[in-house]
Amino acid sequence: MRTICLYFQVHQPFRFRRYRFFDIGNDHYYYDDYSNESILNKVAQKSYLPANALMLDLIKKHKGKFKIAYSISGIAMDQFRLYAPEVLESFKKLADTGHVEFLAETYAHSLCSLKGEEEFQRQVKAHGELIKENFGQEPKVFRNTELIYSDEIGSMVAAMGYKAMLTEGAKHVLGWKSPNYLYCNAINPKLKLLLKNFKLSDDIAFRFSNKGWPEYPLTAEKYVSWLNQAPDNEEVINLFMDYETFGEHQWKETGIFDFLKILPQTVFKQSPFTFSTPSEVASKLQVVSAVNVPHPISWADEERDLTAWLGNELQNEAFNKLYSLGDKVYASGDDALRQDYTYLQVSDHFYYMSTKFFSDGEVHSYFNPYDTPYDAFINYMNVLSDFEIRVNASVRYDADDQLARLSKIIKEKDEQLEKLEKRLANEVAEIPAKVPAKKAPATTKKAPATAKKKSSTTKKS
Amino acid sequence: MRVLMFGWEFPPHISGGLGTACYGLTKGMASVPGMDILFVVPKAYGDEDQSRMKLLGAGDVTLDLRKVREHKFLKDLSYIEINSNLVPYTSPEEYGKLVDRAENQGKRLVETTMGGTLNFTGKYGKNLYEEIANYAVVAGEVALKEDFDIIHAHDWLTYPAGIAAKRASGKPLVIHVHATDFDRSGGKVNPTVFEIEKMGMHLADKIIAVSNLTRNTVIDKYGIHPDKVVTVYNAVDPLPDYEKLQLKRGITDKVVTFLGRVTLQKGPEYFVQAAYKVLKKMDNVRFVMAGSGELLEKMIHWSSSLGISDRFHYTGFLKGDDVFKMFSISDVYVMPSVSEPFGISPLEAMQSNVPSIISHQSGVAEILKYALKVDFWDVDALADAIYGLLNYPSLSETFKKYGVEEVNNMKWENSGKKVHSIYQEFVQ
Repeated sequence: MRTICLYFQVHQPFRFRRYRFFDIGNDHYYYDDYSNESILNKVAQKSYLPANALMLDLIKKHKGKFKIAYSISGIAMDQFRLYAPEVLESFKKLADTGHVEFLAETYAHSLCSLKGEEEFQRQVKAHGELIKENFGQEPKVFRNTELIYSDEIGSMVAAMGYKAMLTEGAKHVLGWKSPNYLYCNAINPKLKLLLKNFKLSDDIAFRFSNKGWPEYPLTAEKYVSWLNQAPDNEEVINLFMDYETFGEHQWKETGIFDFLKILPQTVFKQSPFTFSTPSEVASKLQVVSAVNVPHPISWADEERDLTAWLGNELQNEAFNKLYSLGDKVYASGDDALRQDYTYLQVSDHFYYMSTKFFSDGEVHSYFNPYDTPYDAFINYMNVLSDFEIRVNASVRYDADDQLARLSKIIKEKDEQLEKLEKRLANEVAEIPAKVPAKKAPATTKKAPATAKKKSSTTKKS
Repeated sequence: MRVLMFGWEFPPHISGGLGTACYGLTKGMASVPGMDILFVVPKAYGDEDQSRMKLLGAGDVTLDLRKVREHKFLKDLSYIEINSNLVPYTSPEEYGKLVDRAENQGKRLVETTMGGTLNFTGKYGKNLYEEIANYAVVAGEVALKEDFDIIHAHDWLTYPAGIAAKRASGKPLVIHVHATDFDRSGGKVNPTVFEIEKMGMHLADKIIAVSNLTRNTVIDKYGIHPDKVVTVYNAVDPLPDYEKLQLKRGITDKVVTFLGRVTLQKGPEYFVQAAYKVLKKMDNVRFVMAGSGELLEKMIHWSSSLGISDRFHYTGFLKGDDVFKMFSISDVYVMPSVSEPFGISPLEAMQSNVPSIISHQSGVAEILKYALKVDFWDVDALADAIYGLLNYPSLSETFKKYGVEEVNNMKWENSGKKVHSIYQEFVQ
């Protein structure tokens, strides 16, 4: 079997407004409604809606032979519900065809997989429920934010019951191996791994409209001829890309939709390849080997590492400070705090603080609402400072309750102690009295003894 | 290659950044093999560092009066022969008065001493125009006597000298714009200074600007063709024995410093406003305005009327080591300049490990990465930047870590090489 696995990432950040330090403690609304709504609508018009319409046509036209997969972040879903319900509807229509798979990810498109299991599980669960509720599917395959993966993350994902996971076919991890096979996690071989063929993916996602590229213009025929060049025994070509490739990163005028429109028929006519969803790939293909990934990889930049999000001191301070608040946020039981905590985790916030793009900031600045990484950092930290005040206030509130409860217990115990001491004093006083006066009535002695028993039982309860 | 260079001041006898920049540049140029510089100042004191160039005081040049009167290099320079009094950095009100006075004056004759020399103070005081004109006369004389390949004149005070030397010798003239009157006056230019600047720029064969900001001023305000104007950024010398200058901090509060002339150009009022905003939010911080200038009293009154005097301090004018001592107790340096052709002081602050906030309206903002940049009028952004640097440790740590390195990579040798390559367009 030779197959193509097409997977698209759908995500839009939930941007912060300009939040000055004098807003700290005064204003608890952090979001830039105007730009969030206008950018979402722009991307919906240019990309999501026309691309979804085309995908629906292609699925119908090829009667189930053309299949695709999406992963839609919870943050994107929230924004569809807020600003563009028609986009959500069009995704539901795609889901109804039965030939579209929806993958699991973290709700906030966050980096929480790097901060241990608890928050990671919480977010993946919340996202899974959201997908189930909207598309009627329970995700079986997991895709982490920006394809971030390590052996450890894979093992956490396996423990959550997922059978497969997507990640980057990073050269420094694969070495001489080809990404065009099914692999598995190094700790738990039950978790299968689909690795992105970054050359063929990026030919579409990044190079399609680049006139300086020797292969420009890219036609479907040429592209399929490249697929055919893969050695015969290679089984799967994983093409993973941002969904915004269609219409937003590559504008309609570049011919990207036309390319996509004839790609499936060209594949069927001129190659032995079929299309499969990630679940089908994971169940039909045999694992060829495990991949060792001791240090996290991602699909970003040449380095394929985490440095775009956690590569400098600013990013690390913001990241660690945020996650240090997690326990308090959940202890507070405050829904508004939980929601802000989720939105504070969106990985884009940390991406905006990256200083590694100083020299060639163009691609970077396209996605970035801030002039400099420092602006991004200061704004984020101001928001986080306000958030921290709120979290601490709510925990203190709880602490007051706790204190009241504890002091009540202490008061009760004090009372008991007092009683016991009194009784002890009585008994001690009775001892010398007992000796000379044996006639003392037994009833007076018995009464305090029963009281003691009673008080000791209340103490235990 | 021999360069005849004109500059109004030279260390250690300097009143501002111009002399320091000239010195740095000539040092940098001296690293180019075969570069020979004759640097003419109005007055030489004899204690200048002449290891890398020859320094000549205009007051030491003997004039052949007949030759001077006959020669055509004085043509067109008559309009500056006005007996007047001007300081280069003055208030707009004063400009008006000076212009009125100048218009009532007539021409004058060039008079020499018994020995055939002219007297120069080399200052920016009384008779500045007269000194400029006399300096030009000497420049023509020097150009006739000396052998050289190219002329290089720094800022408007020496443009007439450059022009005179060009007329006398026929050699190409490069003028170097460290500032224009638009920067100094906040837009209300002195017509005489403007005329001198414009004439220098039009008669020059090439113009060097210290930043793209200044280059654009030259192109837009003086009507110069863009091809004729090249940007060469300034640099900064490595810090002299900084360790010795460490001042012991007497307070635990954070210190935010403004250091510069307290004039319209430097934007001191934005610093006061930002201080007020920050002090409303936190109390373990103090603000220092180091410098003097015509707006100083106004600032003192204003900061006390805002009720922040207990946290807002004035040091008066600081010079030499005191500047670095001030930096050594500062946590943040702020330069909110309204118009700054280059701006060397944030570089000095960064060398002293002090994170800097600079305005977008400064030339140095074009080349610095490890500094926060705000628009001078955006007080909220300025206050936010100060607050961020004081409260979020990784930000100032980042600037300290990479700032020194960034500044140390700005070398006068690079500027010197660039100037040399500009000369090569005219001289083989």
